[in-house]
Amino acid sequence: MENPRHWRIRKQRYALVGEVCPHCEAKIFPPRDVCPNCGGEAKTQFNFSGKGTVFSFTVMNDAPAGYEKNLPYAVALVKLEEGPIVTAQLTDLGDQPVQIGMPVEMVTRRIRDDGDEKGIIVYGYKFRPAMSSAQ
Amino acid sequence: MSGRVLKSNRPVGIIGYGAYIPRYRLPASEVSRVWEGGKGSGPVKEKAVAGLDEDVITMSIEAARNALARAQMDASLLRAVWVGSESHPYAVKPTGTVVAEAIGAGPSIEAADWEFACKAGTEALVAAISLVGSGMGDYAMAIGMDTAQGKPGDQLEYTAASGGAAYIVGPAENALAVFNGSYSYVTDTPDFWRRANQKYPEHGQRFTGEPAYFKHIVEAGKALMEELGTRAEDYRFAVFHQPNTKFPQRAGQLLGFSDEQIKTGLLAPVIGNTYAGAALVGLSAVLDVAQPGDRILVVSFGSGAGSDAFDWVVTDKIEARRNLAPRTADYIARRTEIDYATYARFRGKIDMG
Ligand SMILES: [Zn+2]
Repeated sequence: MENPRHWRIRKQRYALVGEVCPHCEAKIFPPRDVCPNCGGEAKTQFNFSGKGTVFSFTVMNDAPAGYEKNLPYAVALVKLEEGPIVTAQLTDLGDQPVQIGMPVEMVTRRIRDDGDEKGIIVYGYKFRPAMSSAQ
Repeated sequence: MSGRVLKSNRPVGIIGYGAYIPRYRLPASEVSRVWEGGKGSGPVKEKAVAGLDEDVITMSIEAARNALARAQMDASLLRAVWVGSESHPYAVKPTGTVVAEAIGAGPSIEAADWEFACKAGTEALVAAISLVGSGMGDYAMAIGMDTAQGKPGDQLEYTAASGGAAYIVGPAENALAVFNGSYSYVTDTPDFWRRANQKYPEHGQRFTGEPAYFKHIVEAGKALMEELGTRAEDYRFAVFHQPNTKFPQRAGQLLGFSDEQIKTGLLAPVIGNTYAGAALVGLSAVLDVAQPGDRILVVSFGSGAGSDAFDWVVTDKIEARRNLAPRTADYIARRTEIDYATYARFRGKIDMG
């Protein structure tokens, strides 16, 4: 039963809610209350834009329990516009190949689902190819 | 009979709106190939299909974010997040709770799921107008979204699609489109239903056209126009619930509208029937191109049955704000064709045991 853990971090997981350092302006994700840049206390909430680029990626052909439904899928290190790098699944690729440097944007999707359709559905961030006309 | 039209105590309107249509398309030719040996053509060209990791919650979150971007407001100002759908992911646990948390609304909100077949979204919109129009709250969000499914081989396989739109209702002085009134017409009509615990719906063939769809849309549209003293030519656009291409065209004709007035909001040919999302995503396509002063009639239809009719006038605030989020046409253009096998996997039609 992992529900409490999922529930506690839902804000950062649903919407890339992190922190900004009041001393040096560094943007922090995931939130950890201490600035990795200057070491100062950083508890100010910051909403990331969700825009970024693919820094590196790998295609998964095997998955941990609860994630098999989406196989095969790509997992990427995404460099956010504001600086931090996050690990996340890529989605909505269609027949587009993944490329380093590809512009992506955050979307909230189902990230795991108990196979018996009895448990809680876990939602969280993934990234998809950026929709070009969105400004 | 007077007093049929719902009017708000204070002027209200649409502050922000946002569409969402998933990426995948199932062409009618694929449904025909599998079920009719390629001989059927289907009532739409193709339909939008949600991906494996999408559902009414994820799709509502994206539409809601688009609506907030156009409203240029903080989600914490919302007093309600209401989602109308017939495909809520949970039977018990409101879709609105997850959507509200994901967009940064709450906890001081109303949040509930609305159900009335394909008019669940416009029913939520009437409620949002009432909440803001009464002065009990300044901003309320109403969403109509579905991941509709037909029984394999049923005619609904051609059209049952995924998509919808979100609307933020607020004070008229900040609105992109001002609300002039709405009228709802509801009767007990057994045209289409799904019993609890059944995966797919049933329909009473004889009831779907005349006594259900056309009767309710025409009665609702006619009554609203009579009460407001308007005629078809006063509107630049009209949007009707669209289970296929022909029904809304014919409903428009019955109410005196030309194809020109209907075509901008008629998306069924290219995305299918998005059920609770259909009339609302049609309206979002209209708002994407409407000019200040344009008048819009919207009439939804939900089986069971009922229709909600709305009258809107676009304001000059539309031009600066409509480009703050992807347009409905951007989602329609983002298109990856899939075959029937991929569709069956995406929509859980293969039982893995
Ligand atoms: Zn710092």
